[in-house]
Amino acid sequence: MTKEEIRAAIIDILNDIAPDEDTSTIQDDVSLRDQLGLDSMDFLDIVMELRKRHNVEVPSPDYPQLATMDSCLEYLHPKMG
Amino acid sequence: MGLQDRIVITGVGLAAPNGNNLSEYRQNLLSGVSGVQDFETRYMGKVHAGVCGFDPLRYQKKKDLRRGTRAGSVAIYCSREAIADSNLELEELDRSRVGVFLGITEHGNVETENEVYNISQHGHDTAFWTHHHNPRTVANNPAGEVTLGLRITGPHYTLGAACAAGNTGIISGVQMLRLGEVDYALAGGISESIHTFGIFASFKAQGALAVHEDPTQASRPYDVDRNGIVVSEGGCVYVLERFEHAQARGAKIYGEVAGYAMNSDASDFVLPLPERQIECMRLALDRAGIEPNQVDIVNTHATATKLGDIQESLAVKEVFRDAPTTYFNNTKSFIGHAMGAAAALELAGNLPAFNDRIVHPTINVNNLDPECGITNLVLNEAREIDRVDYILNNSAGMLGVNAVVIVKRV
Repeated sequence: MTKEEIRAAIIDILNDIAPDEDTSTIQDDVSLRDQLGLDSMDFLDIVMELRKRHNVEVPSPDYPQLATMDSCLEYLHPKMG
Repeated sequence: MGLQDRIVITGVGLAAPNGNNLSEYRQNLLSGVSGVQDFETRYMGKVHAGVCGFDPLRYQKKKDLRRGTRAGSVAIYCSREAIADSNLELEELDRSRVGVFLGITEHGNVETENEVYNISQHGHDTAFWTHHHNPRTVANNPAGEVTLGLRITGPHYTLGAACAAGNTGIISGVQMLRLGEVDYALAGGISESIHTFGIFASFKAQGALAVHEDPTQASRPYDVDRNGIVVSEGGCVYVLERFEHAQARGAKIYGEVAGYAMNSDASDFVLPLPERQIECMRLALDRAGIEPNQVDIVNTHATATKLGDIQESLAVKEVFRDAPTTYFNNTKSFIGHAMGAAAALELAGNLPAFNDRIVHPTINVNNLDPECGITNLVLNEAREIDRVDYILNNSAGMLGVNAVVIVKRV
């Protein structure tokens, strides 16, 4: 997948996890937690959905890599690219 | 404040299969409108069920619904509606003095079955089991979701009492008020049971799942051709408070909880025992300080199983044998069996009778089973009676749990 495709895949997941939020205005260099009001349970949902939809494992020490859209893409591109 | 405090009902919030608030529900009970429909359930296909139509997004966000349970959602809807109905402003209350006490028949089956199904789609790899499972399935979940949603910081818990749980929730609320633990109790019962196949499959295996070509006629307590239970979801939450307090703030008072009782059959897993039901009703009458002939309406528990209806009828006929002006009805014929919510919903359907003196009927009785021939059973058409001062709400559940609540007109 290209970075653009990975970004779209993450947006799909975020739309399900934060259904009341507008994901079209996400700024890629700003914390997802702050932009979407996510908590730790939501990040576990992101990890679960990456596993279910894309067969990608995110070990717990790597969770901080999911902090922003930019860091997600940086981290996931080698795994999903 | 003490153990003799008079406790009154000052708000009602409900989600019934045939109504999203008390006036809609009551209107449908008086005009014979059923809330039972066909419902698709996993593995079993089409079954009959009582399905609620309230808008869960009225009081919750989509994310709340995704994270929580249907029972939690029903409980939040009913609690918010009850508070609005009681004319209380939640933001102005000391929320550490509000308690939430909700009866449940079961909780966690829906969420567990969903997860078992989910991992079955992934080779039963438990890595796909959700981290939401535990907070969704802890037994206090429905009451806990109310405290989260309404920012209530007083005590909360659920009360597992099978199909008597709705009355048990009310009783617990009364007790906590009398103990001085809270100033307001959100008390009643909740059910999400239709969202798992297991309850339908188990009743079917027991030969106790209702089937009828017309779903609205499937729930037919007392009819010769009854063939079992229609499972329903729903909820009913009351605002309970001390009489003096309610009076001082000029609250609308639906009625006073004049008496209650609970006991146990200690005889069988599923079959109710008339002797113990008799004892339970008599204990509640004693505590209310009234004779059976002072009760104007008895709402029965009958679920439309062959034996259960007969057993309760025996008990009711014994307790009210010298009560010629006591009338009887049954609400499950309209809404099916709302499990943990049943008793609370069934009481609510009768409370307006304090004002209009109308006994809603028991519908779907084409041929009354002579073994259920209770004198003054109000069949198929609502009936106006001379006075309504006391309503007795009878309930019973598996493992032999009985709970009775008597409400008095204020």
